[in-house]
Amino acid sequence: MSDVVIQANNLTKEYVRDEFRVMALDDANLQVHQGEFIALMGPSGSGKSTLLHLMAAMDRPTSGSISVFGQNLQTLSDAEIARWRNTHIGFVFQSFNLIPVLTAMENVELPLKLTKLNKTQRREQAKRALELVGLGDRLGHTPRQLSGGQEQRVAIARAIVTDPDVILADEPTGNLDAASARDVLTLLGRLNKEFNKTLIMVTHDPGAAKTASKIRYLEKGKLLPEGQKPAEY
Amino acid sequence: MKIPISYNIRNLIARRTTTIMTALGIALTVAVLLSVFALVEGLRSSLVSTGDPLNLLVTRKGSTAELNSSMTPEQFQVIKVKPGIAKLPNGEPMASLELVTVIVLESPDNPSGINITMRGLNLTGAAMRESVKVSEGRLFQPGKREIVVGKGVAKRYPTARIGSKIDLGRGQWEVVGILDGGRSASNSEIFCDLAQLAADQNRETGLSSVLLRATDEVAKQALINDLTSDRRLNVDAVSERAYYESQTGAAAPIQFLGIFVAVIMSIGSSFAAMNTMYAAVARRAPEIGTLRVLGFSKPGILASFMIESLLLSLLGGIIGCLLVLPLNNFTTGIGSFTTFSEITFDFRITPEIMLSGIIFALVMGLIGGLFPAFSAARKQILTALKQN
Ligand SMILES: Nc1ncnc2c1ncn2[C@@H]1O[C@H](COP(=O)(O)OP(=O)(O)OP(=O)(O)O)[C@@H](O)[C@H]1O
Ligand SMILES: [Mg+2]
Repeated sequence: MSDVVIQANNLTKEYVRDEFRVMALDDANLQVHQGEFIALMGPSGSGKSTLLHLMAAMDRPTSGSISVFGQNLQTLSDAEIARWRNTHIGFVFQSFNLIPVLTAMENVELPLKLTKLNKTQRREQAKRALELVGLGDRLGHTPRQLSGGQEQRVAIARAIVTDPDVILADEPTGNLDAASARDVLTLLGRLNKEFNKTLIMVTHDPGAAKTASKIRYLEKGKLLPEGQKPAEY
Repeated sequence: MKIPISYNIRNLIARRTTTIMTALGIALTVAVLLSVFALVEGLRSSLVSTGDPLNLLVTRKGSTAELNSSMTPEQFQVIKVKPGIAKLPNGEPMASLELVTVIVLESPDNPSGINITMRGLNLTGAAMRESVKVSEGRLFQPGKREIVVGKGVAKRYPTARIGSKIDLGRGQWEVVGILDGGRSASNSEIFCDLAQLAADQNRETGLSSVLLRATDEVAKQALINDLTSDRRLNVDAVSERAYYESQTGAAAPIQFLGIFVAVIMSIGSSFAAMNTMYAAVARRAPEIGTLRVLGFSKPGILASFMIESLLLSLLGGIIGCLLVLPLNNFTTGIGSFTTFSEITFDFRITPEIMLSGIIFALVMGLIGGLFPAFSAARKQILTALKQN
């Protein structure tokens, strides 16, 4: 299948701390297709973030394999992974993680520093991304001068500015009030529908999960089969 | 650079208090080192710019300085007719018999007095020192107890002003002029009439040295060979420049102490920079994680923190240079073991000295930044994101 973006086979992540072993992710198998918008849900500690981190190669699996666009992530070197992440992955954090000393414009421009674009092109592209998230009039503001919802929209602009294939979001509305959360979800929905981005979003909010085209549940490190959910959901 | 330098500059500004404290520590270290360099450079340039490159200094064989040399008028008669000596316009050979003694002058900061070189010479000797000019008053007159003082001496000793009289053993000497010797060692000396000084000191037959001017470089070497190998004369002849340059050693103890203190301080400053940078790395751990997620590599993170540390130390280096700048041309004196008297000179801060200060600062920044930058680069993305 040529439109498979992410392929996880028997993906396992085990943390060993002191004498304790934690199966953060236990033998997960998952296929994500081009243009899908998947919401990952499940109780706290069920392994949602762990799965997302493995997809972004922010961590290495204990066993099993994960490939993105047919590229097995385990075979890449540190430097290759850094490059790969820059071009293919946009990551949105729960706590925004903007660089406080840089303006909205500079924050969004940052990932483009790793591309071949010149300064004018970078500026233009960053400006377009900020306009897309509705912050074309906040270019010179620093994160401190923005509301939480605005900060998260800047973070989304930063995640999409390199035009990545996949956008990974870990509880993107977790720190936001209801109205801002709605804006952010609308934005993510647009990225999926209008720009055909593949989206995987971790969320605790059933309302938010409805924006997605598909919901997958995790429980105690196990990725439940499609259509199945933990008892409490 | 991948991660923009403005990111580092803004962070330095954001934590301005630590930035300034750390930079000041580096600045003080640089200032100590540069003061020593400026002192040594001032002394060196005052000594090497003394005299014409063709000048020769003739002293008794085995004497290390003019002061412990002795020369008779008979020896002088033999020396002055040697071949290869340049002539004055009036046909006289450029050979000057001189008497050098040390006198004590008092100053407000040295109530017990400081040794100053007093040089008796004839008008030929004065004429041979083309770079030495009478800037105020006039030259001494032969046969009179008159003195002209170097401007360095005049600046530091209020008793050595025009019109004032100085008591020296047999009589009072009147200050009639001030000498401007450019940057040369003549600024530290007092000039007077040879015969008058010799009479006062009972040294009519035991003078000190002879200053000669060779016609050219080849003749200079020939003269040196001729004079030093003449058994009858029993004298040494050296280039005047070489003679003065060898006195640069007078600054060696201060140089050693200064460099020693600067090195000790630099260890402290490097640790301060390291401490500051470790704190920055710790505080910005989530940012480091974020940068990595955006695609910046480990070497990129390392370079960014190194640059930040270097910028910090560069700031310190610049402040250090600014701190010592007022020292430039500040006149001071240093005791010389060769002449047993004081050499007056100006601190000299050259662009090379400032550059060395900046480099010294950057080395501190490099050493201080290395470990923190490595620790930043080594951080695991997830661990970094979770900190704070
Ligand atoms: N670095 C680590 N060391 C040890 N255990 C870890 C580590 N990171 C995660 N875990 C454990 O792995 C399990 C899964 O964690 P994960 O962060 O994926 O959960 P989650 O589903 O995202 O939870 P939440 O909804 O609270 O964010 C948890 O039990 C957690 O304690
Ligand atoms: Mg989580």
